[in-house]
Amino acid sequence: MTPSAGAALSSEGLGFVYPDGTRALTGIDLLVPAGIRLAIVGQNGSGKSTLVRHFNGLLRATEGRVLVGGEEVSRRHVAELAQQVGIAFQNPDRQIFAGSVRSEVAFGPRNLGLRGEELESAVKSALEAVRLGGEGETNPYDLGYSRRKLLTIASVLAMRTPIVVLDEPTTGQDLRGVRTIEGIVATLAAEGRTVIAVSHDLRFVAETFERVVVMRQGTIVLDGTPSEVFAEANWATLRSTNLEPPYAARLGARLGLGSTPTEESLVSALSAGT
Amino acid sequence: MSLRLEGVGYRYAGSATDALIDVDLAIEPGEVVGVCGPNAGGKSTLCLVAGGLAPLTIGGQLRGRVSIDGSATAGAKQYEVAQRVGILFQEPQAQLSDSVPTVWEEVAFGPRNLSLPLDEVVARTWGALEALDIADLCERDPGRLSGGQAQLVALASVLALQPAYLVLDEPTSQLDPEGTRLVAEALARAAAVTGAGILVVEHKTDLLARLCARLAIVEAGRIVKQGTAVTMLGLPELDELGVSPPETVRLRRAVEATGGHWDPSWT
Repeated sequence: MTPSAGAALSSEGLGFVYPDGTRALTGIDLLVPAGIRLAIVGQNGSGKSTLVRHFNGLLRATEGRVLVGGEEVSRRHVAELAQQVGIAFQNPDRQIFAGSVRSEVAFGPRNLGLRGEELESAVKSALEAVRLGGEGETNPYDLGYSRRKLLTIASVLAMRTPIVVLDEPTTGQDLRGVRTIEGIVATLAAEGRTVIAVSHDLRFVAETFERVVVMRQGTIVLDGTPSEVFAEANWATLRSTNLEPPYAARLGARLGLGSTPTEESLVSALSAGT
Repeated sequence: MSLRLEGVGYRYAGSATDALIDVDLAIEPGEVVGVCGPNAGGKSTLCLVAGGLAPLTIGGQLRGRVSIDGSATAGAKQYEVAQRVGILFQEPQAQLSDSVPTVWEEVAFGPRNLSLPLDEVVARTWGALEALDIADLCERDPGRLSGGQAQLVALASVLALQPAYLVLDEPTSQLDPEGTRLVAEALARAAAVTGAGILVVEHKTDLLARLCARLAIVEAGRIVKQGTAVTMLGLPELDELGVSPPETVRLRRAVEATGGHWDPSWT
């Protein structure tokens, strides 16, 4: 199998076993076209975070291979991959280390060689995107959990990588925070960048992403558009990995309106029917 | 009998502003009280104060009175409060002891420290693990769990203490829908069976709607609204307060906003 042209990243037969013997991934075949908005969902412990950690070489496949930009990850250095794939971790405190919000965000782009005006502008726009523009001099640990989470997203945005991975971005976010993240995903997509998010928030997923991959026990069990994945025929599979279809999808099916994974699709199906 | 905050204000050490202002809130035994509101509004601070950690452990300045079944926490020892109120932090990694090799030992850690008889420690540990359907994790290293698994283990370790009151800061933030449902069941059971009084901070309003009779909305350090969960979650200004209404409420509004008809039987 040759990597398709235009693929941002792909995996072939990817398997991973942690050093303590815990198997986390089995036979993952995934093709992520450049510029797509892809969400990865599945039950706790199904391997979602383990999978995305292979995309920038933090974890190395114990079986199969992962390709970024057509090149095998195992042949490349983490520092080199960091220019292509930025990951905002699930737990912000595994990521934050600097004494101020500004220096936290500046760390990545400085390592990529940005200096002076260019660095300042990368930092400034990243902080503004997560609405932390006024907190440059604040100690990251004086921010609450949800804003530390937004800070880690800003750190990744400032790297301006073609591929951005967000691990559970909406965890702990209030409605404004979720809207901010939805806006960031839309902006990244408009810039032609590839966005991959891990999430349990299926409403956020259905409304923000164009493709959904469902994982169960380290394997991919569904892969398609929100309309395909959240269709009634797949509910048993979704429930087998502890997921519940979004309310809009359930109501749409109950009313015989077909697959309506989002509020918008349900409302338009309802008004078309009356 | 209640966990009670009366005219409570709180300021973190070294801070120039109050994180909580004039908070009045009571949690009765057997009752689940929900708290929601925008981020940085004071929800986590409210948990620290209700759980006695602020100011007993982290310092800062408390005004007003926090009392547990009539005894003020001011002047109490941290361990005395800890035996009455179990607190679950927002980040499970902050909760886990980092000192034991297995999940089972992690959950047994609290009951052991209460000097309970061994069979009681064992019963409570299995009870808490099974309530959250994580008994199969018992041999795992607590430091090598997924985010959601760690959150369930942290909650199990608090439930195993069987405290009179539970203060939970976003207990389901990293959980899948099934994990969220199990937590809701376990909390409802703790309230109904052991008579625990529970304060739970959550953004998941669908969960609060199922679990709580009463709800307080906290913004800018104050309780800006307090009442029945049904009334609070139907408030038109919820969005402005940074709170996402329950899915049924959102959907009804979306349908009605386009002039459509909403059938109440759809909820």
